[in-house]
Amino acid sequence: MPEQSFVLNGEKVTVDVADDVRVLWVLRDLLGVTGPKYGCGINVCKACTSHINGKAFNPCSVPVGEVGDDDEITTIEGLPDTAPEDQRGPHGLHPMQEAWLERDVAQCGYCQPGQIMAAVAVVRRARDEGRQVTDADLDGIRNICRCGTYTRIREAIRAGEQSM
Amino acid sequence: MSQHSGTTSPHTEDTRAVDGSAVADDSRGTSRRHFLGYVLGGTTLMAAADLGLFASPAEATIPTIPSIPELYDLNDLLTHAAMPTANLIAISVNEDGTASFALPRAEVGQGITTSTAMIIAEELELPLDKVRITLAPARPELLFNQLTGGSNTTISTYTPIRVAAAIAKLELLKAAAILLGDTIGNLVAKGGVIEAPDGSSVTYGELARKAASPTTKKVEVDLKSSAGFGIVGTPQNRIDAIDAVTGTKTYTTDLQVPDALPTMICRAPTLNGIPLAIENKAEVLALAGVTDVALIDTGVAVRAETFGQAIDGVRALKVRWQDGPVAGESDASVLTRLKKAELPMPALPKNPLAKTVSADFTFWFRSNSAMDTNSAVADVRNGKATVWAGLKSPIIAKQAIAKELGLGEADVEVNVVQSGGSFGRRLFHDAALEAAKASKAIGKPVKLMWHRADDARVGRAHPMATSRVRASLLGNEVLAFHQSHTSVETDFRHGLGEIVTAMAADLPAGLGNLGFAETIFTLTQEVPYNFGVVLQTLAETDGRFNTGSMRNIYSPDVRCANELMVDLLAKEAKLDPYTFRRKMLRIKAVRGVLDKVAEVGEWGKAMPAGTAQGIAIHKEYKGVSACLVEIDCRPETVNRKVRDAVTGPRVTKVTYAVDVGLPINPRGLEAQMQGGINDGIALALTSSLHLREGHFMEGSWDNYFYTRQWNTPPEVNVIVMPPSSDQPGGAGEAGVAASFAAVACAYARATGTVPTEFPINHGEISFEEKPRVPPVPQSPTDGLDHTY
Repeated sequence: MPEQSFVLNGEKVTVDVADDVRVLWVLRDLLGVTGPKYGCGINVCKACTSHINGKAFNPCSVPVGEVGDDDEITTIEGLPDTAPEDQRGPHGLHPMQEAWLERDVAQCGYCQPGQIMAAVAVVRRARDEGRQVTDADLDGIRNICRCGTYTRIREAIRAGEQSM
Repeated sequence: MSQHSGTTSPHTEDTRAVDGSAVADDSRGTSRRHFLGYVLGGTTLMAAADLGLFASPAEATIPTIPSIPELYDLNDLLTHAAMPTANLIAISVNEDGTASFALPRAEVGQGITTSTAMIIAEELELPLDKVRITLAPARPELLFNQLTGGSNTTISTYTPIRVAAAIAKLELLKAAAILLGDTIGNLVAKGGVIEAPDGSSVTYGELARKAASPTTKKVEVDLKSSAGFGIVGTPQNRIDAIDAVTGTKTYTTDLQVPDALPTMICRAPTLNGIPLAIENKAEVLALAGVTDVALIDTGVAVRAETFGQAIDGVRALKVRWQDGPVAGESDASVLTRLKKAELPMPALPKNPLAKTVSADFTFWFRSNSAMDTNSAVADVRNGKATVWAGLKSPIIAKQAIAKELGLGEADVEVNVVQSGGSFGRRLFHDAALEAAKASKAIGKPVKLMWHRADDARVGRAHPMATSRVRASLLGNEVLAFHQSHTSVETDFRHGLGEIVTAMAADLPAGLGNLGFAETIFTLTQEVPYNFGVVLQTLAETDGRFNTGSMRNIYSPDVRCANELMVDLLAKEAKLDPYTFRRKMLRIKAVRGVLDKVAEVGEWGKAMPAGTAQGIAIHKEYKGVSACLVEIDCRPETVNRKVRDAVTGPRVTKVTYAVDVGLPINPRGLEAQMQGGINDGIALALTSSLHLREGHFMEGSWDNYFYTRQWNTPPEVNVIVMPPSSDQPGGAGEAGVAASFAAVACAYARATGTVPTEFPINHGEISFEEKPRVPPVPQSPTDGLDHTY
């Protein structure tokens, strides 16, 4: 069995698993990192949204063999550590997570780790383009929430953007 | 067929509170807050409530003029069913100063763990963060008191939980009085500390053992007056919010049960097809990671090291199938059959001057699939079974699993796990039963998860239905209003049916003889307008589908048809939709929320051509609501493009007012309304299942178009009305019906065409169907090309 190594939430991990197994299952079933959720397995619902080298990606659609030794994967569990200490909020979390708490966004909560990881990437993308998050950016977020928490998600992203 | 009718004389008005309770309640004065309960024997304090000793607060009188749900509705039935065993609701005070309570209900996102913690914190005088709520496992001794449905949790548990908490506080005060050398009347309990006038104090944690009783004893207690409430009625954040945003909230598939390896099912290419034989078992067993392959009655189970490898196994399987019961059928053939089951409409009163207004509507199948697909962990070995799953009706699940496995109920343990949504689906135990079968067949523990494609295609659906409405109008008075609802059979075999059967003898006259569905229909549907002779009937047919409720049972469809007809009548009466409703409403509380949305949402303001407002009301769950929406149906909006998506008309603004009697957590209630609004939009505009050649086509969230960010209204304003009663109403489903109806009414006004089927886009197939063989799609490999 091939050895797969990458950096997960700041730490080097190595797993014995075939190249074609998607990263989501490596995280959830083999490493016990369950923040990224299964919602479809075909890169549609976005419940597993995490970051690779700082960019949003969906581990359900990436074979683990494509992830290099130095690639850094961040899941919701590792998000707080990516924020500078002075940006972290009263709960010691990333400003986007704090905005989520402030707006009490989650209902069932299942899609929320993916929503938060997507939100951080949307803010970073806008910032890289030298602009603020727009309504069009918000309309373009594909993460589905079957509880229908979209209203508070939109509010929280705008608030989180201010403190990021 | 069931029917209920009411004759209302024009312009009568009912001023009762939204919970329908009669004014006679007030005459009970303080006795309404005086209750009996128990202190249970133990080493630390445990207090319990016993409501069985008390007469029911909801009087089951036989209605004559108002329709049945106004006097005795589904929530009264569920609340009454819960009463004989409410004494088993117990709160413990722990030595660490916390209080704990195992809620015999399921948290699925609706926020009941938070509202329950608030109720306990209020009555016990303990900070909210010191209250620990867990979900009780299946407890058959609770009989009917462990069903989460009908938005009934808070309605039925509010008083018992308060009584138990009040007794706990009283016992703490008694123990503190001895310790502090003062009388109870001089002591003040606050924030988990009891203080005497001399400044000495003792904490609940220090008292937990001292207040314990070696034996069980009866205690009388007075509940706190609502005037002194400091937590109930204030906006609070969810107690599970931090776990949710840090990814540590644990759902069924996150459980780490030793050796419970990922397991998926290979299912038939037609709905409910039956597996006959596996043709390549050895080949599949040889695949990397696959540990077991076993045939069960719903398909072939594949157990593997990872879910990815289980998917590979499912895709590689060659199975001989027997076709399911709807093989070859489509939406159109099911609708034809449904129309044949429609009963003749009763004749409207004869009046040669009256005008008859008619409208017929079709509501297609819709999926109640949640984000968290059907899943369960099961360990069935050595004559015992342990199961973990999100279950709103765990007692029925336990009984069904025991029966299926041939075990005694005592050998089956069923644990309730928090779920990633329900929307009606977790009333059933489909995954728990299937996991038990798979574990038994394989002889090892399994972590069963349905693939999204299965969850959408095979999972439960809200049944297809038609609604025919006829009304008779003379001038601007409505003489009669008839509505005949005909539906594919709704499955109530999750406990609600059993409750109805058990309660049948106690129901108001005439209801006891009806079947489950008809009883539910009669107890939930009402027309809160002065519409003369009102008659609403239900007929159900065709039990071949996997059905269930979907964040309401009949109400959203019935209300949508109803309110579209109200707009048609308003037009005939030459009155605007708001003015007409205002004139015709006979219940003050409904008019209160209608006026509120009209005012805040600026009803009647000038709108550009192709856009319009729509307004609608709903009354259910001991509460009332009104919704005012603005919709944009202009071509540039309707035709906007989003990849692999349905766009169409956009609801641009929603104003929603809700009066639930006593709102426990206004912030949670607002959240439930916001979610319900998105459900209403989906029902009106975008989401349905399409049956073709014996199976549903939809296999993913890009086939089944629940509201997405590009559909959701940019502006949403929810108004939680101030308390109008001392009893709470339901929240989880209360946002859907009025929203659905208001969007439909707005669409009709914006386009000039009253839609006759819902969702309005059902006629177009907006996606390419995924293959049925193999039954689940392979995961893509190009994820790194789509980073952002």
